Amino acid sequence: MSFLPKSPWLVHYDASSCNGCDIEVLACLTPVYDVERFGVLNIGNPKHADIFVVTGSVNEQNKAVIKNIYDQMAEPKVVVAIGACATSGGVFRECYNVSGGVDTVIPVDVYVPGCAARPEAIIDGVVLGLGVLEAKYGEKGKVAS
Amino acid sequence: MDVTATTVIGILIYLAAAPVVGGLLTGADRIVSARMQGRYGPPLLQPFYDVLKLWQKENIVVNRQQKVYILGFFVFVIITGCIMFGGGDLLLAVFALTLASVFLIVAAYSTFSPYAHIGAEREMIQMVSYEPMVILTVVGMYMATGSFSAADIARHDGMLFLHLPFIFLGFLFILTIKFRKSPFDISMSHHAHQEIVRGLTTEFSGRDLALIEIAHWYENVFLLGLIYLFFAPVPVVAVAVTLAAYFLEVFIDNNNARLKWQHALGSSWAVTLVLGVSNVVLLAFR
Amino acid sequence: MQALLLFLILFPAAVAFLLLATPKGRARQTVVSVSAAVIAAASIILAALVLSRGAPVYFAVGGHAADLLIFAAEVALGVIVTVISIRRKQYLAMALMLAGLIMTVVYEVWLANTVHAESNLFADNLSVVMTLIIGVIGSLIAFFALGYMEEYHHHHEDVPDRSNFFFFIVFAFLGAMNGLIFANNLVWLFFFWEVTTFCSFFLIGYGRDALAVRNSFLALKLNLCGGLAFSAALFFLTLNAHAISLSELHDLPGGAVLLPVALLAFAGLTKSAQMPFSSWLLGAMVAPTPVSALLHSSTMVKAGVYLVIRLSPVFAYVDGGKTVGLFVALVGAVTFLLTSCMAISQNDAKRVLAYSTIANLGLIIVCAGIGNHKLAWAAVMLVIFHAIAKSLLFLSVGTAEHLIGSRQIESMDGLAGYLPRVAAGMVVGIAGMFLAPFGMLISKWATLEGLVDANPILTIFVAFGSAVTLMFWVKWLGKILIVKSAPENVETRVPRTQSLTLAVLSVMTAGVCVLFPLISKYVLEPFIFETYRQIYWQDMNNIATLLIMMATVVVLTVPLVFPGKQERHFRPQYLAGANLAEKEKFHGAMGQDIQISLKSLYLQGIFGESRLFPLGVLSTLILIIIMLGVVV
Repeated sequence: MSFLPKSPWLVHYDASSCNGCDIEVLACLTPVYDVERFGVLNIGNPKHADIFVVTGSVNEQNKAVIKNIYDQMAEPKVVVAIGACATSGGVFRECYNVSGGVDTVIPVDVYVPGCAARPEAIIDGVVLGLGVLEAKYGEKGKVAS
Repeated sequence: MDVTATTVIGILIYLAAAPVVGGLLTGADRIVSARMQGRYGPPLLQPFYDVLKLWQKENIVVNRQQKVYILGFFVFVIITGCIMFGGGDLLLAVFALTLASVFLIVAAYSTFSPYAHIGAEREMIQMVSYEPMVILTVVGMYMATGSFSAADIARHDGMLFLHLPFIFLGFLFILTIKFRKSPFDISMSHHAHQEIVRGLTTEFSGRDLALIEIAHWYENVFLLGLIYLFFAPVPVVAVAVTLAAYFLEVFIDNNNARLKWQHALGSSWAVTLVLGVSNVVLLAFR
Repeated sequence: MQALLLFLILFPAAVAFLLLATPKGRARQTVVSVSAAVIAAASIILAALVLSRGAPVYFAVGGHAADLLIFAAEVALGVIVTVISIRRKQYLAMALMLAGLIMTVVYEVWLANTVHAESNLFADNLSVVMTLIIGVIGSLIAFFALGYMEEYHHHHEDVPDRSNFFFFIVFAFLGAMNGLIFANNLVWLFFFWEVTTFCSFFLIGYGRDALAVRNSFLALKLNLCGGLAFSAALFFLTLNAHAISLSELHDLPGGAVLLPVALLAFAGLTKSAQMPFSSWLLGAMVAPTPVSALLHSSTMVKAGVYLVIRLSPVFAYVDGGKTVGLFVALVGAVTFLLTSCMAISQNDAKRVLAYSTIANLGLIIVCAGIGNHKLAWAAVMLVIFHAIAKSLLFLSVGTAEHLIGSRQIESMDGLAGYLPRVAAGMVVGIAGMFLAPFGMLISKWATLEGLVDANPILTIFVAFGSAVTLMFWVKWLGKILIVKSAPENVETRVPRTQSLTLAVLSVMTAGVCVLFPLISKYVLEPFIFETYRQIYWQDMNNIATLLIMMATVVVLTVPLVFPGKQERHFRPQYLAGANLAEKEKFHGAMGQDIQISLKSLYLQGIFGESRLFPLGVLSTLILIIIMLGVVV
C-alpha cells in the first residue's frame, strides 16, 4: 500500500508566469479551498517534495533551473504544469527567448489549462497527479533507501 | 515491583507509546492551528501518513555520511527519553539530548549546503539559548527533591511546581524553542517558504527525514515529561498542565512572526537570568 | 621508590644537558625517543608502586647541602633572567626579578634555618596522576617535537635554529614539573615553581621576534607576580606558623595559615592563567605548537591548578571556605564563563584552544575552591581528561597547520576528507572536550552535582558556561566534518613521529573515557578518602548508561569510517535550482559562476574580546582584591 496520495508535498516554481496562476496556486491553501485537508503542503524544497508544480512558460534563463529542481526531487515524483503558458508556452510561445511549455525541458504528467487556471482546476490537476504518483510507485516497487 | 522492573517497563512504554503520542499531538497541533486560521485542517493521523510516505520515497543524499549522523540523532533522542522514563539521572538525559542535537547539526554541516549551514548555525544559537535554562531546571529539581533521578523526583511528596514556579515559567519559555515554534523556529520550520528553505533539514529526504520527524515526536514527549514532573504527585493535574503547555505553545506559534536569532538568544538568556536564577537563589537561601 | 622519585626529577634535567650538546638529526632522535620512553616508563612504574602502597609516602631525602644547592641554583637562574631582562630593556620584569631575588636571599639568610621540613619529598595518588600526565603526555609531546621542529624551521626560515636549546628547555621543564609535584617542602616547591616560570619564558620567546619577546616577558612578569606572592607566603608561614611543609598545612591553626594560603592561591591563579592574568597564556601562542601543547596540557598551567587542588582541603578548614575558597571559586567561575564566551568569537584554532584551556582551568579552580569530596573528584578528573584531549588537539592543529598553511578554523572546511587521520585526532579531542558521554562531560556532570550541594549560585555560571562551550566546539567540529567532493588525500605528507603521537594520544583519550570507572576506583577514590574521609562514586546505573552511550557512538563511527558501497542516490546540494554541472558551484545573480563558500558565525558583537576581556579583568581583579583585603 502506498501512502503517497495521502501526503502530497508540493514544490512550486514560477518559470515566467505573470503571477496569475501563482496567486491561484496559493489560493488553494487559503481557508476557502484549504488543501491541507488532503495533506497537501507547499513544502518549498524539491528534496522534500512529491509534486512539482510549474507555472509560466519556459525561457532560456530558467531551463536549467527547472531541470535542476526536477533532478533534485526524490523518486517517485510527478510534474503538474499549470496554466496556458506552462502547458504550451501560451501567448509567449513565439517569443524569441521562450522555448515553450514545461514539457520541452522535463516530462510533464498532468496539464492544467486555463489563463489563469482556477483553483478548482489546480486541485483537480494535483489529484490526477496523485494517481500518477501511485502508479509510478507501483511500477518501481519498493524504492531502496 | 522492584526498580529494574519499573525501569524496563518505563522504557518499553516510552519506546512504544512516545511516537504514537507525539504523532497524535502533532496531528492535533495541525488541526488546532488550521482552526485558528479559519481552515478545517488535515486529518488527525496526517503526521503518520507523512512519515509513512517519506519512508516509501527515495532517500537522496549529498554524501554518504549524513545518514549515519541522522541515525545518531535518532538513537540519542531515544536514549534521552529512555534515561528519563527509565527513572535515570536527568542531568545525564539533558547531556544525551545535547549529543543528539550535535549529531543533527553535524549532519547538516556535512552536506556543505548554504541553507543547511545557516540552519545549523541557527540551531547552535538555539542550543546556546535554551541550554542554561534546561540545566537550571534540572538543578532546581535537584534542589527541591535532593535527587537528580527522575524516579526519585516523580516519587517526591511535595508538588515541585510550588518550589519552582519561576523555573517552570522559564522552562515554558524555552519550550517554544525546543518545539520549534514561532517566534523561535529559526533553524527550521514546519511551515513553508522560509528564507532559508527548510533550514537544517534542507538536504535530507526520504527515510532520513522520516527519522528526524519521529525523533521530534520522541523529543516532544520527553520535554512534556519534564513538564509532567513539575506536577507529578497529582497525575490528573499533571496531564492537564502538560497538554495545556503543549497547546499554549501552539497558540504562541500561531500568534507570532519569526524573530531574529539575536532576539532568541537575548530573550531566553534574559528569561533564564531573571526567572531561573531568581528561583535558584530563592531555593538556596530557603 | 625514593630513588625512582629522584630519578624522575634529575633524569630529565640530565637529558636536558645532554641534548644541549647533541647534534640534530639521528643522534638527537635517539636521545629524545629513548629518554622520553624511559621517563614515561619510570612514571608508570612509580605510579604502580605508589598505588599499590595505598597511602602517601614521605621521603626525608636531602639535607642542608641540598637546601643550599637549591638556593644557589635559584639565585643563579634569577641572575641570568635579570640580566636578560636588562639587555631587553624590560625594566619592570627586572624589578620583579630583583624583588624576588632579594626576598629569596633574605629568606635564606634570616629564616631558612628556623624551620625544618620533616620530609622534603612525598608522593600520593594526586602526585601519581600528575606524574603520569607529565611523564607520558609530556614525553609524547617531546617526541612529537622531533619531527615538528624540523618542519618548523623549514616554514620559518627567519627564526634562527636553536632547537638544541629548545629540547634542553623542554626536558628541564619536565624535570622541574616532576620536582614541583613531588615537593613537600614549600621552599623546594617554590624553586621548581620559579623554574617552570623561567622555562615557559624561554620557550615562549623561542622565535626571538618582537612579538615573541614581548609575549615572553608578559608571561614572565605575570608569573613573577605569582612568584612574589608565593615568596611572601613562605615568609608568613614561617613567621606565623613555623611550618614549611605542604602536608603540615592541614594541622596548623586557621588564623596563622589564612594569609599564606590566600597568597599561595593567588600564585596558583597566576600560573593557571585565570583572569585577570589570562593574557600571558594567550600570548604564549606565538611559540611553536609543541610548546603550546606542553604549556596547556602537561606542564605550567597544570602546576597552577595542582597547587590549588592541594590547597582545596585547607580552604574549607581555615575559615569554613567562606573567604579564600569562595573567592578563588568565584574567580574561576567568572573566568570559565567569560573565556568560554570569548572562544566563540575566535577564528584562530590555537586561540580557541587557549580560551578553552583557560575556561577549563577555571572550572577546575571552581571545584578546588569549593572543595568538597565530589568536587575534588571532579577537579582531578578534569585535570586528567583535559591534559590528554588538549595535547591531542594542539598537536593535531599544529600538524594540520604545516600542511594547509593556516590554523584558521575557517580554512579547515572538509579536513576529514583530505587529512582523515589528523581530522580524526581533532574530532576525538573535541568530543573528549565537551561531548557526552566522553571525558570532560563526565567531570562536568560531577561538577554540577557537587556544586548544587555546596553552592548552587555557582551552578549558574556553569550552566551558562557549558552552553556557550557547546557552540565553539560544535561549529569547529562541523567545519572539519564537512564533506566536499573528491578531495585529494595528503595524509602521507605527515611526518611519522607526528602521526604516531596523534594516534597514541587519540587512543589514550578514548581509553581514559572508557576506563574512567577504573581510574576513579583505584586512583581517585583512595585519594579522596584519604583527604576528605568521604567516598564519592557515581551510581552504577549511570555508569552503565554512559558506557552504553559510548558503545553506541563507537558503533556509529564504523559506517562513518567505512562508508561501504557506492551510493546511487547522490544529488548535489540544493542551490535554489542554480546548480552548475561542476560540483559545488552555482550560477550567480550577476551571471558569473560562483563556488560555494561557507563561513561560521563568530558573534563578535556579543562575545567579542574587546567587550568581555576588560569586563573579566575588572571583575576578577575586584574579587581578588576583596579576597586579599578580607584575609589581611
